[in-house]
Amino acid sequence: MNAIMNLAWLTFHEARRRSMVLVALVLGAAFLLLFGIGMNLIVNSRQTTGGLLNGEIIFSMLTVAGLYVVHFLAIMLAIVATVDAVSGEISSHTIQSLVTRPVYRWQVIAGKWLGYIIMLVLYTALLSVGILLESWLIAGYVPPQPAQGIALIVLQVAVVVSLSLYIGTYVSTLTNGVILFMLYGLAFIGSWVEQIGTLYQSPATTQIGVISSLLLPVEALWRLAAVSLQPPLLNNINFSPFNLGSPPTGATIVYAVIYIGLLLVLAMRAFTVRDL
Amino acid sequence: MPAGSHLPHGLKPSALQLPREGRRVWQSESAQLSEIAIETHELRKEYGAKVAVADLTLTVPRGEIFGFLGPNGAGKSTSVKMLLGLVHPTSGTSMVLGHPAGHVPTLARIGFLPEHFRFHEWLTATEFLDLHGRLCGMDPAHRRKRISEVLELVGLAEHAHRRLSGFSKGMLQRIGLAQALLHAPELAFFDEPTSALDPFGRRLVRTIIQEIKAQGTTVFLNSHLLSEVEVTCDRVAFIRDGVVLQTLELHEMAGGHRTVELRVDAVTPALLDRLTPLVEEWRLLEADESSPFGGQTSYPADAQLPAGLELVTCDDHLPLIARETLAAGARLYALTPRRTSLEQLFLDIVGMEDSGQ
Repeated sequence: MNAIMNLAWLTFHEARRRSMVLVALVLGAAFLLLFGIGMNLIVNSRQTTGGLLNGEIIFSMLTVAGLYVVHFLAIMLAIVATVDAVSGEISSHTIQSLVTRPVYRWQVIAGKWLGYIIMLVLYTALLSVGILLESWLIAGYVPPQPAQGIALIVLQVAVVVSLSLYIGTYVSTLTNGVILFMLYGLAFIGSWVEQIGTLYQSPATTQIGVISSLLLPVEALWRLAAVSLQPPLLNNINFSPFNLGSPPTGATIVYAVIYIGLLLVLAMRAFTVRDL
Repeated sequence: MPAGSHLPHGLKPSALQLPREGRRVWQSESAQLSEIAIETHELRKEYGAKVAVADLTLTVPRGEIFGFLGPNGAGKSTSVKMLLGLVHPTSGTSMVLGHPAGHVPTLARIGFLPEHFRFHEWLTATEFLDLHGRLCGMDPAHRRKRISEVLELVGLAEHAHRRLSGFSKGMLQRIGLAQALLHAPELAFFDEPTSALDPFGRRLVRTIIQEIKAQGTTVFLNSHLLSEVEVTCDRVAFIRDGVVLQTLELHEMAGGHRTVELRVDAVTPALLDRLTPLVEEWRLLEADESSPFGGQTSYPADAQLPAGLELVTCDDHLPLIARETLAAGARLYALTPRRTSLEQLFLDIVGMEDSGQ
């Protein structure tokens, strides 16, 4: 456990020393500031001109849009931060001095995984909570299940980190990046094909959605998150920019947890047997 | 773990098939095992169709400085990586400090300076060593003490709080050496430890190797710098194409004898008469024949070398040779002990053909 914590610390320390933490915090603050200003302007406009639509729907849409960006950024950051984590250390040979210490190879992966998860989960949670606090304080909007929504966004981070570390034990940094971005593209378009397809009751499009979600279950998790964050009215009509048609079931969460655990174990195994 | 005081793990009396006098056999075997630092048997590594190491069979006793020599691409680094568990062999067996190579707890007793001495460059020298101390399970007080000791040892004490990203190659190799010695290992692997070092650094490495040998550390030195190996190693193995061609005791090679080069104004019969009782063999050197290890190539200012003799003698006779040379009326320009010609041996054993790899 000690070795894992030391390696998790090393991961965090690297992010801090390379100014990643500082830059992310400053730009995250800018993002929240912009969101707050926008929300404030809309609230003021509604008070002067009067609202066309139900205020709850307008504010919820803006809030969920903000969280949609957080979810997207979280995935991108998880890819960018971890894409080099294993392959980079292998190609630069820095890994050699680590794994010739009395440290099991699986502990190296576990330490890196833990380090990235803690950092990215904290950051994603910070941005998500920031958005929700702002929409509550400025517009008075509180989603039905905020904690669940945040948890589902955070779970996506763990999905991406696990996949990235696993693929990174096999391929170069660049290839890992290509694979992760393309899988995200597949999951994204698969999810939308499915959502639009369900409007026309097309079983084939549902299958496309299911398969792409099995490859990378981030969009399915997002749709579940959107349901927890939208007012019941939007959920009941199953028609919102963030979730068209019927949302995925809770089995998605179970699948995601198994997906994370399995990839973590596979990454540890792959790293243990490979030559360094 | 104190060396030799415990039975190595994995060697339980029950695991041995003992005859009636089991106890005695068991004791002698354990004593034998504890004196061996590295033992490999037909170790082989293939990368696809390419054979990096074909058949590595060698034994390194504890406390020895073992030189591993070979041309580029001979499989030296792959061999070291197999002994450290970095690379998994295709076949064969290897035991390091009484455990199969790569046994993780045993790595706490091993130090390693990799050929590619690249480290986490965003760390300062102290942070870097502290991380490695923590990974070795050293407690904070011990870490602090050892970090300042090894930084002092490798001459980086004043750079303790600088980041490694600002280090020169030579400094990185030094900090790599500090990292390898931090936990006072029983066995140290140095893979080309002087490749980035200037002459000061090289001498430092030699001194360090001698010091840790005096403390009982076994050193496995990978190198193609023969002069390095010659002055530091007890024994060398020559490797080419992943096969150990020959192992050689360096003291044995010298055999208590020393070859010296004598340069005088003229070799006269009187000189030879006086020297013959002191030497075992002698050979006349041509006026312009310079020895490969002579160092200086011209003695007087003009390019012509004075006449010379190559003598095989012992160290005790050196002052006598000087005295008798002068007594014979010769003008003595140089009396140079010649290093045993490891280079010649290397070329003879490994072959003149340059693999070009």
